[in-house]
Amino acid sequence: MVNVAALRCKECSREYPIGAFNVCDFCFGPLEVVYDMDAIADIASRERIMSGPNSLWRYADFLPAEYNPLVDINAGFTPLIRSRGLAERLGLEELWIKNDSVNPSYSFKDRVVAVATAKALELGFETLACASTGNLACAVAAHAARAGMNAYVFIPSDLEAGKVLGAAIYNPTMIAVNGSYDDVNRLCSELADQYHWAFVNINVRPFYADGSKTLGYEVAEQLGWRAPAHAIAPSASGAMFTKIYQGLREFEQTGIIDKVETRMHCAQARGCSPIATAYKEGRFVIRPVKPATIAKSLGIGNPADGYYALKTIEASGGSAVIAEEHEVAEGIKLLAQTEGIFTEGAGGVAIAGLKRLVERGEIQPDEPTVVYITGNGLKTTEIVSDVVNPILIEGTVSAFEQSVGVKA
Amino acid sequence: MSVTVRIPGPLRRITDGVDKADVTADTLGGVIAELEAQYPGIQERILDENGALRYFVNLYLNNEDVRFLEGLSTPVKAGDEISIVPAVAGG
Repeated sequence: MVNVAALRCKECSREYPIGAFNVCDFCFGPLEVVYDMDAIADIASRERIMSGPNSLWRYADFLPAEYNPLVDINAGFTPLIRSRGLAERLGLEELWIKNDSVNPSYSFKDRVVAVATAKALELGFETLACASTGNLACAVAAHAARAGMNAYVFIPSDLEAGKVLGAAIYNPTMIAVNGSYDDVNRLCSELADQYHWAFVNINVRPFYADGSKTLGYEVAEQLGWRAPAHAIAPSASGAMFTKIYQGLREFEQTGIIDKVETRMHCAQARGCSPIATAYKEGRFVIRPVKPATIAKSLGIGNPADGYYALKTIEASGGSAVIAEEHEVAEGIKLLAQTEGIFTEGAGGVAIAGLKRLVERGEIQPDEPTVVYITGNGLKTTEIVSDVVNPILIEGTVSAFEQSVGVKA
Repeated sequence: MSVTVRIPGPLRRITDGVDKADVTADTLGGVIAELEAQYPGIQERILDENGALRYFVNLYLNNEDVRFLEGLSTPVKAGDEISIVPAVAGG
């Protein structure tokens, strides 16, 4: 690849060749892909992007894997919708909803997995694997099916039925581990040492993580080649949050857009808020917690990129916000009932977080604001099952009018 | 008292490829000191210059993150299993 220079430790800056490694041998810091930004700036342009496919591969110049039609199920380039009802409810003039719940396997994880799978094939792997809170399992199983690869997905045993089914339908080998996501993760990182598999969020993580940069590029393009004043995103490990900002900054750096002054706001749920709690207490050290949140896709108690999420908040002048557990379902319902978009728990956290930021005056009414909706509500129906309350009647007009209380 | 330490991939260069080590100590801190005696150079990969657990290293005692226990002062007993695991991104 012309645009990829090396892997580099984010902590001690030691460099490594491109390959399936994610951890610095020396300090255990995470490795990330280093790009030749000058080479990218030379070839990248708005026109070149706009002439690309209607998927995240339109940003291939900025990604660490080559486009491969064998793995492509059209991840990315999801709608950015101008909010009306919700904006009015919150008193905002320019609110946009990035609806990433309509990806092929119904979450933003298709972005990271599309890139990870393309890279795994380049590196010669035949098996994809992951540790997942659910959405990633769906994305890995779907992409493996498309690519003709084997898939092993590891999940906590208490996941929502919609996520388990949403992955199982693609027929991966599914392993439900007794414990939390952090336990699953620990097991997988030990397995990754022993099996020659591409664990998308472990040994090919540097490539995987950069799939989320496209959430930054896409919003900038869809806003008419500009960055918003505020971006609100739900956070679990903090990786996506960090990469959205990196994406915006790379567009600035390569001259695709003008100055980025986006303030990045991270939303977590009360039952698992290690990043937001560290932010509130003014610490850069994350204290791990035992996840106990209804927003299970955010249930990572030991967030590997938490430190970098805090750095992103600091660099962008953003903040972190905690949604109370009862506000998760309220946020899901508010988005559905004002915008017609049905999101999962993480989206409920994002909406509740947005609401709080507006109430606190962090977001001014005239500032262009984007809220990221990263997963689909049909996977977590348990959270909002109380809305199901149909009016049961006999099939006659009089029964209808009597029971519903209307008259023609 | 002998405990078993599982050595992760990134540290096996120091242990000549060995993936499990048996050491005798009373606390986790002692376990690491003992590991250092067996495999010089391993301690600085696990602990920072102040002797604290490195930020991106997770230490588990019988499946429990030692940050939820007493950290490096956590007592260990014969038969315990300790894992050293790098932090992993989300899913």
